[in-house]
Amino acid sequence: MSETWIILGATSAMARAFARKLAQNGANLLLAGRDMAELKRIAADCELRGATSASAVAFDARKPAKFEGIIEQATASGGSLNAAVFVGSMPEQSEIDADASLIDGVVQDSFTGAIRFLHTLAPHMEERESGTIVGVGSVAGDRGRVGNYVYGSAKAGFHTYLSGLRNRLARSGAHVVTVKPGFVDTSMTWGIEGMFLVASPDDVAESLIKAVKKKKNVVYTPWFWRYIMLIITHIPEFIFKKLSI
Amino acid sequence: MRWKTDNLMGWGRALTREAEIARPERLSTLSETIQESPCPAIGNRRSYGDASTAAKAIDFTRLDRFISFDSETGLLEAEAGVTIADILNTFAPKGWMPAVMPGTGFATLGGCIAHDVHGKNHHLSGSFGQHVESLTLMGPEGGSQRISLKSKPKLFRATIGGLGQTGVIVSASIHLAKCPAGKMAVQERRMEDLDAFLEAFNSSRADYQVGWLDMSAKDIHLGRGILEEAHFSSGPFEPPREPRAVPFNAPGFAMSRPIVKAFNWAYTKRVPEAGRDVERPLHKFFFPLDNVHHWNRLYGKRGFHQFQCVLPDDEAPATLALMLEAVVASGLASPLSVLKRLGHGRGGMMSFPMEGFTLALDIVNKPSAKALLARLNELARNAGGRVYLAKDSSLEAGYVADMYPELDDFRAEVQKVDPSGVFETDLVQRLKIRGQA
Repeated sequence: MSETWIILGATSAMARAFARKLAQNGANLLLAGRDMAELKRIAADCELRGATSASAVAFDARKPAKFEGIIEQATASGGSLNAAVFVGSMPEQSEIDADASLIDGVVQDSFTGAIRFLHTLAPHMEERESGTIVGVGSVAGDRGRVGNYVYGSAKAGFHTYLSGLRNRLARSGAHVVTVKPGFVDTSMTWGIEGMFLVASPDDVAESLIKAVKKKKNVVYTPWFWRYIMLIITHIPEFIFKKLSI
Repeated sequence: MRWKTDNLMGWGRALTREAEIARPERLSTLSETIQESPCPAIGNRRSYGDASTAAKAIDFTRLDRFISFDSETGLLEAEAGVTIADILNTFAPKGWMPAVMPGTGFATLGGCIAHDVHGKNHHLSGSFGQHVESLTLMGPEGGSQRISLKSKPKLFRATIGGLGQTGVIVSASIHLAKCPAGKMAVQERRMEDLDAFLEAFNSSRADYQVGWLDMSAKDIHLGRGILEEAHFSSGPFEPPREPRAVPFNAPGFAMSRPIVKAFNWAYTKRVPEAGRDVERPLHKFFFPLDNVHHWNRLYGKRGFHQFQCVLPDDEAPATLALMLEAVVASGLASPLSVLKRLGHGRGGMMSFPMEGFTLALDIVNKPSAKALLARLNELARNAGGRVYLAKDSSLEAGYVADMYPELDDFRAEVQKVDPSGVFETDLVQRLKIRGQA
């Protein structure tokens, strides 16, 4: 029986690379996001690359009424039930500073929408006593910085939720992987100055597949970001508050 | 769309320039980008000179999805950013493969069409463009049209091998060929000199043929090398291993005369005098250099030029000898050069192939390279031959009309679809391919 994976935010470059790798292993894929035309293209691509099935489903982190329907569709096929969450939005901090109402959207996209979905999904995974959730957070969630602390704080909340959910699901044999990517070469980072050690979405996807296989708890990708963040989180606050990194 | 300012260069790295590059990840972003600022599309930048450089360009590598496949007929529709290796890896296990594959699997579908590339089976299967059933072309205003040889013969033939001048190739339907096995049976034979080499090519009946020339051999050994003849063997397809990479630019002496000579000696001698039969996985046979990422860095920071020409049969022996002599005497020789037979198959007005012999070689980008390249270009033209624009970095603009007899038709067709020249690349401007205006 092939695995079923729900991919939230499936049009992102990282999600696409991850979905392709799952497709090559013959998974059933539910590709969820807002751009249906694009999702259908990705679904066709995944089917040609070996997915047992791949379909596009409408998902908006800000519209929780639709969540049940997606989960119902996913439970229809047998085998283990899994989910990978790639949703999130990051407007420029300066835009947020000019209009605080943007915060609600960032928090819904990057945190509350995602966890509401996972919270609806969790009982089904407990029932099947299997499955993995891959939650893509961000190194930005490890410490609030002047450049993107609204996004960072939403991701920090997401990390904390994933940690709690891992604790809960461990009792029933299901698993949660928290992923903290550094800079990844996507349309989000394209052309932004000051990027360094940028990883390809394909390399990130490969590390996610490995993390799922090895039941890792928290992974930084690429791996060296663990040490970069270790340093950043240990800078004393009285110094850190004067930095702009 | 955010534009990234970056250095843009061909694979040879001798010609570089600063450029604004957009890289859409969705189809909708592509048309928005074209509407906002129309400019040529580029793929994986495997052409050697300046065919894929321009002041502004759209990087197509993220538009790389398969769209549909008919397992009865082998017709594959895919976005132009998919690579040849990706097609091979995905469809070889199902018994299909690209009918024509260039020497690198990193080439994109769009690039293969825009250069009408050829492979080691050109004498049998023709050029890449001859296997294109139809394609979607986006014009300067962001609107798309579907064209085929039947529906729009002129525009289609201007697009195949058309250097991206008729618009952005968004996606294409290509006929895949049957892939009978995952391994090639390769027969390698030593060739003592140029005459022996040409003779062996002329009498070869092999499906796939390629010759490697030892560019350090002189005098009576001129044109010495190894002929590889191959056909499909048996066994399953194996995906390639993770490639190794050249991590940084090699120092200047890496391609110096003694090192090149030693390399050539070892390369030739590994094949015993009596020849040998070996089995190679498809990847290793078709894309021999892809196993080393960034091998172009071996030429160091200054980069290199690649020269490739095709010469008609009757002129080939004499002209090839003159070319090899000039290259050997220059001391700028690359370790390996490629000699191949081409058939007559070509898909477009500006396609490279013609019946005859093709020679491809790398030339280190030293000041003296310029004179050598000029000499080689001249020899090719005088012999009624043609220089491959996908490789070129040095041709005289005045030679293009001599080498490409359908140039006027091409210009007329391009003028209709892109009157203001938004799709011009550096190559097209340098060689005045769109005309003097």
